[in-house]
Amino acid sequence: MRAAVVVFPGSNCDRDLAVAFEQAGFQVDMVWHKDAQLPQGVDIVGVPGGFSYGDYLRCGAIAAQSPICKAVVEHTERGGYAIGTCNGFQILTETGILPGALLRNAGLKYICRTVELKVETADSAFTRGYDSGDVIRIPIAHHDGNYFADDDTISRLRDEDRIAFTYVDNPNGSSGNIAGILSHNRRVLGMMPHPERAADPAHGGTDGVALFRALAGVLTPA
Amino acid sequence: MKARVHVMLKNGVLDPQGEAVRHALGALGFDKVEGVRQGKVIDLELAEGATEADVAEMCEKLLANTVIERYEIELV
Repeated sequence: MRAAVVVFPGSNCDRDLAVAFEQAGFQVDMVWHKDAQLPQGVDIVGVPGGFSYGDYLRCGAIAAQSPICKAVVEHTERGGYAIGTCNGFQILTETGILPGALLRNAGLKYICRTVELKVETADSAFTRGYDSGDVIRIPIAHHDGNYFADDDTISRLRDEDRIAFTYVDNPNGSSGNIAGILSHNRRVLGMMPHPERAADPAHGGTDGVALFRALAGVLTPA
Repeated sequence: MKARVHVMLKNGVLDPQGEAVRHALGALGFDKVEGVRQGKVIDLELAEGATEADVAEMCEKLLANTVIERYEIELV
């Protein structure tokens, strides 16, 4: 059971994400943005939070064009699993792996605090450790977390049960209170909140642990 | 050759920065401003032989996110 965590210049949640994977039992490889290939046998790719390439042009825009992201796109096209948190979610939308885009927060301010999320679906490798309707407490830390997609896309996400998490009290103006979404095959999750920052009692909360444990349960070789 | 690319949020996409600028102009007494949209201008210095189609491809692939933004190319 192997995870790869991508490191861009400006990533700052890469090690947190690696520790969360390790605590769930994954062997973790860190991969550099200039690498053109993922290590052999990787089960899941983690795209971490931070400020890749200084957020120049648009958050995630330049990272999405990096050599490793081409490999991540190919991995997901083969049906591989991936999770992007915060800047990782922005990068996954910029690559086109996930639909929509993240705009500047409606209130224009950077927001760093723990928020309540509602689990909208337990039907994914990421959310099967929760019950649909559960409310969990996970930190957010972003300036551009205002999820936007056109009305047709939002309807499709709803109809296909691909909204993983919503904000109980929308902090950033996201359409449909959306905090995290799944890909069409449910194997890629993008979310603005940071489950890896709620993965140890020392973090002040452990509501993110169930996500990584659930993944480990699915990806453990039978 | 030079190209100037204008990137703007599409109509209907909330522009909180533009709204903040509108409020600030109002606070300064400019009471005839009914809306502000903020965008980007990107100047490209191009080698001989580059075409507008090349610039359009750059816009589609990197310079604009066409989910939320539209672009206009001006060759100068």
